[in-house]
Formats: sequence, C-alpha cells, structure tokens
Amino acid sequence: MTQEKLERVAGNGLLSRRHLLGMGLAGAGSVMTNSALGADAGLQIPSWSKVPGPGASGYGNRSSHTEHMQRMSGNPNPTYPGGGASRSPLAELQGTITPNSLHFERHHAGIPDIDPSMHKLVINGLVRQPLVFDYEDLLKYPMVSKIHFLECSGNSGSLLRPSPADGSAQSLHGLVSCAEWTGIPLSTLLDEAGVDPAAQWVSAVGADAASMGRSVPIDKAMDDVLVALFQNGEPVRPEQGYPMRLFCPGWEGNISVKWLTQLKLTSEPSQFRDETSKYTDTLPDRNSLQFTFPMGTKSLITSPSGQMALNRQGIYQVTGIAWSGRGSIRRVEVSADGGRSWADAEIESHQSDKALARFRIPWEWSGGSAVLQSRATDSEGNVQPTRDAVLADHGRLSSYHNHCIQSWAVNSNGGVANVYV
Amino acid sequence: MSMYKRALLFIFSVTLASIGFVSFAQDTVLKLGSPISEEQLSEFDLIAGPDGAGFPSGSGSAAQGKQVFDTRCAACHALTGEGTSGNTVLVGGDMHSEGSPLRTVGSYWPHASTLFDFIRRAMPADAPKSLTSEEVYQVTAYVLYLNGIVDQNTVINRETLIAIEMPNKDGFIDKNQVR
Ligand code: HEC
Repeated sequence: MTQEKLERVAGNGLLSRRHLLGMGLAGAGSVMTNSALGADAGLQIPSWSKVPGPGASGYGNRSSHTEHMQRMSGNPNPTYPGGGASRSPLAELQGTITPNSLHFERHHAGIPDIDPSMHKLVINGLVRQPLVFDYEDLLKYPMVSKIHFLECSGNSGSLLRPSPADGSAQSLHGLVSCAEWTGIPLSTLLDEAGVDPAAQWVSAVGADAASMGRSVPIDKAMDDVLVALFQNGEPVRPEQGYPMRLFCPGWEGNISVKWLTQLKLTSEPSQFRDETSKYTDTLPDRNSLQFTFPMGTKSLITSPSGQMALNRQGIYQVTGIAWSGRGSIRRVEVSADGGRSWADAEIESHQSDKALARFRIPWEWSGGSAVLQSRATDSEGNVQPTRDAVLADHGRLSSYHNHCIQSWAVNSNGGVANVYV
Repeated sequence: MSMYKRALLFIFSVTLASIGFVSFAQDTVLKLGSPISEEQLSEFDLIAGPDGAGFPSGSGSAAQGKQVFDTRCAACHALTGEGTSGNTVLVGGDMHSEGSPLRTVGSYWPHASTLFDFIRRAMPADAPKSLTSEEVYQVTAYVLYLNGIVDQNTVINRETLIAIEMPNKDGFIDKNQVR
C-alpha cells in the first residue's frame, strides 16, 4: 500500500498539495480501482481514426458530446417579457475564463437586437460639452484588456433561507462568470466631454426595453470602469450588452449596464428603481443599505459539489473558484470536517485583481461522511465569513450580496449535498 | 480623477508645454465625439431625478390614472395593485411588520421621483414607452393613491411629485458613503 506515503495536512483526509503533482504515484495505483481498459479486450483503433472528418468551418462549434453543458434558466414568465436569469454550469468548467456562450445572464426586459450602425452613446449632464459617439468611432479609441469576474448581487442568496435547498454549484452559485473584457477606459470619454467639478455621479442607461439605469460614483467612473466592446476577444455577445456595456470591475453585476447608450453626469444619484427598490439590503433593524458596490471575498468548491456522486473511495482533486471585489485572492483554505481543521489549497491561476482564481487540493475519501468547505482571503486581508456570521451581520430579510462559506456534505454513499453547519 | 491625479496631469502638461511638446500631446488624444445639445436630447434622456431635473411638463390625478391602470397595468399588477406574481406587487407592506416585510412602492421606496422615472422608461412591461407623459403622470398618481399616499384628486406634476415624502424616505443608509 502507498497509504503511508500520503502526507495529511488537515482532518478527514485532506492531503498535502504536493500530492497534486504525484496524484498518480500516491493514489492511482493502489487506492483507485478504475481502469481505462475494458475487461478482456485489448485496445483497438477507434472508428474515427479510420475516416476523414469534416474540414475547416467558418464558425466553430463545441463537441456534440459536450452539448449537455448548458446555462440553467427559469421558465419564461408571460408577465415578465424577456425578464429573468441564466446560470453558468460552474461544476463542469475548468480554469478561470467562462466561455461567452455560458456566461451567466440577467435581463430585465429581454435582449435587444441592436444594429450597431444605429446605436449611439451619449454623454450629457454636468459636462463642458455633451457628446454623442458612434460605434465605429469608438472602435478607433485606444483600448485596454482586463480579466475580471462579474457576479450578480443576488448570487448565492438562497443560502440565507432557513433550510438548505437541494441545489448544485450551478443552481446555487451560477450567477458568477469571468471573462477578458476589452474596451475604452470610461475616463477617456468623460475627459473628452469635460467633467464639471460639481459632477459626483454618472448615471448609466441601457438601450434595452427597460432602459435599465444605475448611478456610478464619479471616483469609480474615473478609476477603472470600461466601456467594454469585446468579451474574450470577440464583440460583446448580445446577451452581455452588444454592441457595448459598462464594466465596473469588482462591483455588483447590475451596475455594469448592458447595451450602454447614455452616461449622464449628475451631482446626486438618479435614484433609479434598480438602486432603490431592488439591489438594496434590508438589515434586521429595518434600515436598508443602498449602494453596496464591491462584491464580497468569496470562494466555492465546484468539485465535488451539490448533486454530484462520488462513485469510488480514494483520492479526489477538490477544486473550485475564488474571487473578491476588493482585490486579488491571496489564500484559499479547505476543510473536510465542516470547518474544524483547515489546509491551504494550491492557487493555480495568476491571482489577478478582481478575477476568478482556481484552487485545488487533494483529498482522500475513505467512505465516511465529510463536510467540504472553502474559505478565501483577499489581498486586502478580507476573509470569507461563515453563514452564521453573515446572518448575524446582515440578517435574512434581503438576500443580495451573500458571500458566506458554502458547505457540501458527502454522505457514506458518496452523495454530495448543500448543507448548513 | 483625484486631486492628486489632476495635479500630476497639470504638472505633466506644463512640463510638456515648456519643452514644446504640447501639440504632440494634443494630437495623440482622439476626440471623435460629436457635440450635441441638451435640447436635442430632450426626447432621448429619460432620467427624472429626485431634484426634479428631467421631468416633462404635464400633470395628472389618480382619478384620471385609474383608467390607464385598469387597461394597461392591471393584467400583470391586478386591479388593486396587489400583483399577480412575486415581483409585480405594487401596494401594501410595512417595514416594521413581523417576519420579512413586504417591500413595495408604498412601504419601501424612498423617492416618489423613481415611480415616474421607472414607469416612463420600463412600463407597461409588454409595451414600454407607449404611454404619453400625461398618462405617466396620471398612472403615477394612481399607484400613489393605491398606497394611500395621495388623494384621488391630488394633481401630480413635477413640483408636487418631488415634494411628496415617501413613508420609508429615512429608511436607507448609503453604504457607499459610510464605508
Ligand atoms: C406584462 C406585464 C406588466 C404590465 C402590463 C405592467 N407591468 Fe409593471 N412590472 C411588471 C414586472 C414583471 C415588473 C418587475 C420588473 C423587474 O423586476 O425587473 C414590474 C414592475 C413594476 C414596478 C416596480 C415595482 C417594484 O416594487 O420594484 C412598477 C412601479 C410598475 N411595474 C408599474 C406599472 C404600471 C404603472 C403599469 C401600467 C402602465 C405596468 N407596471 C404594467 C410587469 C408588468
């Protein structure tokens, strides 16, 4: 047995990160019993190696064997035309970049079909000279590319309910995605219009049927906000705001207004419906927080995760994503015993600012029950809170901006489920 | 831009000017926006704020708004405004009730201006921007009336609307300013 060689770093089977490299050496031979070979037959040349396949094409498709990977959305609601959301299949994705076709969506009045040659971007209000820009003209401006996550402030909200929902990483947490966004720094365009010193807010409005509006503080607008024209190298997808969207790094998704058509500089917030009636958090004392912008320090184990089944005992790679609206991810700890003991996971990706980071740690499942958790710490020292801590601080009267630790229970049959500890 | 950055930029421009590079600096900044006047934007800019900026002329009362509401809104919000689904409730609620308070225009919204602004830009959800300004004033008055905030015959216009004190006007904390 190779069991003796395994270096245990925390309770209930968590193993040293060095076993990630040697997973085959330490585990596969003795503990894992799966075999890639069929019972008796030797390995044969497969049929697809014997016929030429189709040639090159103008626009690529994914493998027909991966078509089950879909965004998850609710049923259309006739009283809410085009409204609703779809969630990214987090457990099936790897790395840190979400494919554009699987990036989560949230629409308030559906996806407009915008002809870019007719689309206008207006800057008005407290500026020296109100301006209007064409799409073709905007393409000529110097652009920057930044990898950033985007998270709906309603993501993970159901975890604040009194009893745990039977859910998956996708259904509970799929309103987060990450992409490389390319566009023009908003400050460039605002400078061209000439910002009046009295301007404190920029009211951004979209060209969808809801003309969705949000007010952005001027300091953020002049700092790192983009008018994004490209997403992972291609023009922003219609459901992400084609031909252009605002992109406010690290902040709640709703403020990155899609189908951006107007930026109005004002001295006060415009008090849009989606920054008063919605996206605000009522606290236990019945006061409500307005303008909760940065998304909290957060992590999530995507495998093993809710509704999966472990089908063998042995060594598993526990992996997931971590992010913070206030900086980069410095540390992710994982527990297999419901938070009694913790071990540091390997953070694999470049740990860039306000982007997803991928973490991994090996874990030996010996057939007993376990509760898997992850806890992120960001570059500002913010630590992801427990569910109890969020409930104590924020209550459950509103479900926006929840970033609590997720607990996945593994039972002795290998079933994985969302639980509260 | 922070004062600090502004100061740096100023020093930078002065340095460039003093060594004769200012025309170079200006030439490299693209300026492709076309000037437009606020007047030309009067149909396009739908932002109606709590300070009264951006409201069109016109007025209306709840008595007039009932017909608009019954024909254009009630299919989704119900004749009484109590809604046909979780996100279409327009009346009722009390922020200090036990359990999770029902949050509506009447119990939750801090500003009356938001009602006009939102209805004009987004409602009715099946045909947004199909109401006249007059109708938006009327139906705004009607939703306020259903919530017991104005009388049937109160005339709602730019001035009277922004003067309304909503029941939960002091119920919000601007987290952006406190942290
Ligand atoms: C086709 C259905 C439909 C019709 C017709 C409709 N609405 Fe709505 N309304 C909705 C939906 C759905 C929402 C929630 C939108 C969202 O959450 O993005 C909503 C939201 C609202 C809200 C905001 C509620 C809140 O608390 O945030 C107001 C106010 C409103 N509608 C007023 C009206 C008025 C006035 C009319 C008639 C002129 C109207 N609606 C017609 C479906 C409708």
